[in-house]
Amino acid sequence: MKQISERLYNGIIKENPTFVLTLGMCPTLAVTTSAMNGLGMGLTTCAVLALSNLFISLLRKVIPDKVRIPAFIVIVASFVTMVQLLLEAYLPALNQSLGIYIPLIVVNCIILGRAESYAYHNPPIPSLFDGLGMGLGFTGALTILGIFREFIGSGTFFGNRVFPEEYGVTIFVLAPGAFFVLAALVAVQNYIKAKMEAKGKDTSKIGSGCGMNCMGCPEAKGCSKAEKKAEPEEKAEEKPEIITEAESKAKAEEKAEVKAENKKSEEPKPEVNEEAKAEPVEEAKDESEAESKEDTKEEKKPSSSNSQSINKKKNKGKRRK
Amino acid sequence: MDGFKEMLLLLVGSSLVSNVVLSQFLGLCPFLGVSRKIKTAAGMGTAVIFVITLASFVAGVLYKLILVPLNITYLQTIVFILVIAALVQFVEMFLKKMIPSLYQALGVYLPLITTNCAVLGVAVSNVQKNYGVLKGVVNGFGTAVGFTIAIVILAGIREKMEYTEVPGPFKGMPIVLLTAGLMAIAFWGFSGLL
Repeated sequence: MKQISERLYNGIIKENPTFVLTLGMCPTLAVTTSAMNGLGMGLTTCAVLALSNLFISLLRKVIPDKVRIPAFIVIVASFVTMVQLLLEAYLPALNQSLGIYIPLIVVNCIILGRAESYAYHNPPIPSLFDGLGMGLGFTGALTILGIFREFIGSGTFFGNRVFPEEYGVTIFVLAPGAFFVLAALVAVQNYIKAKMEAKGKDTSKIGSGCGMNCMGCPEAKGCSKAEKKAEPEEKAEEKPEIITEAESKAKAEEKAEVKAENKKSEEPKPEVNEEAKAEPVEEAKDESEAESKEDTKEEKKPSSSNSQSINKKKNKGKRRK
Repeated sequence: MDGFKEMLLLLVGSSLVSNVVLSQFLGLCPFLGVSRKIKTAAGMGTAVIFVITLASFVAGVLYKLILVPLNITYLQTIVFILVIAALVQFVEMFLKKMIPSLYQALGVYLPLITTNCAVLGVAVSNVQKNYGVLKGVVNGFGTAVGFTIAIVILAGIREKMEYTEVPGPFKGMPIVLLTAGLMAIAFWGFSGLL
């Protein structure tokens, strides 16, 4: 019982996939145009996540290690298909508005990530609740984002009008708004992290999924390495899995590893691997910079809009070229 | 002639008007992750063009010749994801053996592409929009070109941004997201094209 509640707490708050681990950003940005869509997408993902976790955990002794990623993918894809058919039959409106993002749950980093790092090594019941917790955390985050965007964008709350019809910053419902809201959110998170660090609290977990985004991204390797360094004991078991997860999700586990070595030996191949290696250092640099410059930053803050406008100009200049 | 015009419209539509990253949010991970330098961004873009075009062709053919006749179209998600994963693997092996120079250029990016949801997204949306094989390939190519355009532009901006003073909490990801947001506004302007 204790373990179950611990798992739920872990998923919803401590390791919230969106706000803390920043995983699975594609659907997060795409479907949060309204609170209802966010909630629907969240619950759909939650169902798939819980069920696939349960089944992967049940089959963990049967699935050979070498082909586990394809096996995971097939299990996840089956559940996604089932959920999609159910939605088509019973909630056609939601199915319509989520559209292509439902099949894309298959490639959602959170699901494969949990399968690899938790369900494959743990008994069924905790895995089920791990999935539920993560799914609910994801649902909560999507709903919050959706509420924000819907409220600012069209002045409604779950479809109920709060502000009169004339109000509405339409851009927040459209694509750019998603980027802006998420940018603000990550900035707030960075701010809190800096504050917590100043107080000497452990922040290594926050935003660790990827300095930024999706587990599936190349950076995942670098980030999880950084994380591994940061907290060796408890996570030591899980994190190396995630590293391989990111690689093997590319379906080229061994290959990718070999390649990673190749990359290391090849100078001009940089970015992907270079980032993986450089990330910890860079992050550390960023942080120390942020700390050392904090005072100057305080002064400079008023000019933030200024620098933004410079960026805007650059943006435009670039496009003209 | 009509067919040609249609294809051209489809190409412009999929690459610029409904840009895959900036208006559909597919393939965000590599978009944000591999966009630090123009060179790598271009490499990633090329690999994506290559894989998506091929994947939309293979997925289209499979759908038409196997899934539809056997009446098992509901299996499309499973089939597509496995086919894409296998395809990427296969392309990698093929290039390594047959065209080492191209492999040198694209190799690093290939395994990363399976995780790019744009590939699966294109395959699924081709089916949902009832595109045939040819139209699907054109759509896939256009989408991938759109991705390349977006990621190269973002990389260019990020290279310049290295030298600017960014307020503390906005360092790193947030400023990149803001940039992407501004780019999305700019690309929004293309919606007048069609």
